[in-house]
Amino acid sequence: MNKNFWVSLLIMFLTIYTVRALPLTLLRKEIKSPFIRSFLYYVPYVSLSVMTFPAILTATSDVRSGLLGFAAAVVLAWVDGNLFKVSIGACLAVYAAELFLI
Amino acid sequence: MKEARNWYIKGMQNGIPIGLGYFAVSFTLGIASRKAGLDPLQAAVMSAAMLASAGQFAGISMLASGAGAVELILTTVVVNMRYLLMSSALSQKVRRDKPFWHRFFIAYGVTDEIFGVSMAVPGKLHPAFSYGAVTTAAPGWVLGTFLGAMVGMVLPVRVMSALSVALYGMFLAVVIPPSRTSRLIAGVVVVSMALSGIWNLIPGLRDISSGFQMMILTVVLAGGAAILFPVTETESGDGEDAPREAGETEEERGGIRFE
Repeated sequence: MNKNFWVSLLIMFLTIYTVRALPLTLLRKEIKSPFIRSFLYYVPYVSLSVMTFPAILTATSDVRSGLLGFAAAVVLAWVDGNLFKVSIGACLAVYAAELFLI
Repeated sequence: MKEARNWYIKGMQNGIPIGLGYFAVSFTLGIASRKAGLDPLQAAVMSAAMLASAGQFAGISMLASGAGAVELILTTVVVNMRYLLMSSALSQKVRRDKPFWHRFFIAYGVTDEIFGVSMAVPGKLHPAFSYGAVTTAAPGWVLGTFLGAMVGMVLPVRVMSALSVALYGMFLAVVIPPSRTSRLIAGVVVVSMALSGIWNLIPGLRDISSGFQMMILTVVLAGGAAILFPVTETESGDGEDAPREAGETEEERGGIRFE
């Protein structure tokens, strides 16, 4: 793993940098294809959702506290949307839940 | 030069709240890095190089599972694909009277948050603003990761457990607010989570590495949504990652998040 780490990181760095730099430096015309535009539009929502659930349930010491953290984050994001508050709120919900549950 | 200096300072000011948010959130990233077997220096270098929440999170799980080069590249592209759109929007926003090479450096700092404050700048974007924002935002990300990886084991189990959901909270803070205004996005989010949940209940499927799982689900679901519900110009204008009308959207974003 240690040996592979730096090679893997270099691969990921070059990839992510290329993703960020290509349109900024090359793309002069806008994307015309409605399908590609729509696809790219949905990508962040799908990928972030898929990554969050069900992983959040098993991230904590107890499934129930994970579920509570998930619920707290959804509610906070719904009423506020502030990244910082949502993130900390979810942590506090998990902490409070585990005080009672474990 | 005076103008560049003013823009740089303005960028730094905008980057401070981002850096603070990053510091808290990247702590979890450091803890996850440690769990995956990275030492604090590796975790910090990774954060400095990638400056990406979801991308790094996926990267860490791939490192832990010993993913090969093809999986590393494909997953990194898919998870960070939204940066293509942000970068596209920025390509129209950056001042054209400034040297072209600036764009290679602006590209480094294309994150959800820095993109947000950059697009909120009235008129065209001076490259110095981007540099200023990165100057104050990125250290929070790197330092938080480093400390998270350092003290991850030292913190009480309860605190560690609680911090483990910070990153997921952040993802939810990205997908939930637009779900309020768009039933379509809400539907996509709910279906994505539901299918991901079902996927992880099915024996053969759930053993596929999380990076590839995400990639398959994303390509299939985003592709399906694009076929079933093509996004029109006006709709895409409401989205966070919309290439057009982004100034308007991002201003709103900036207001919500960094006030």
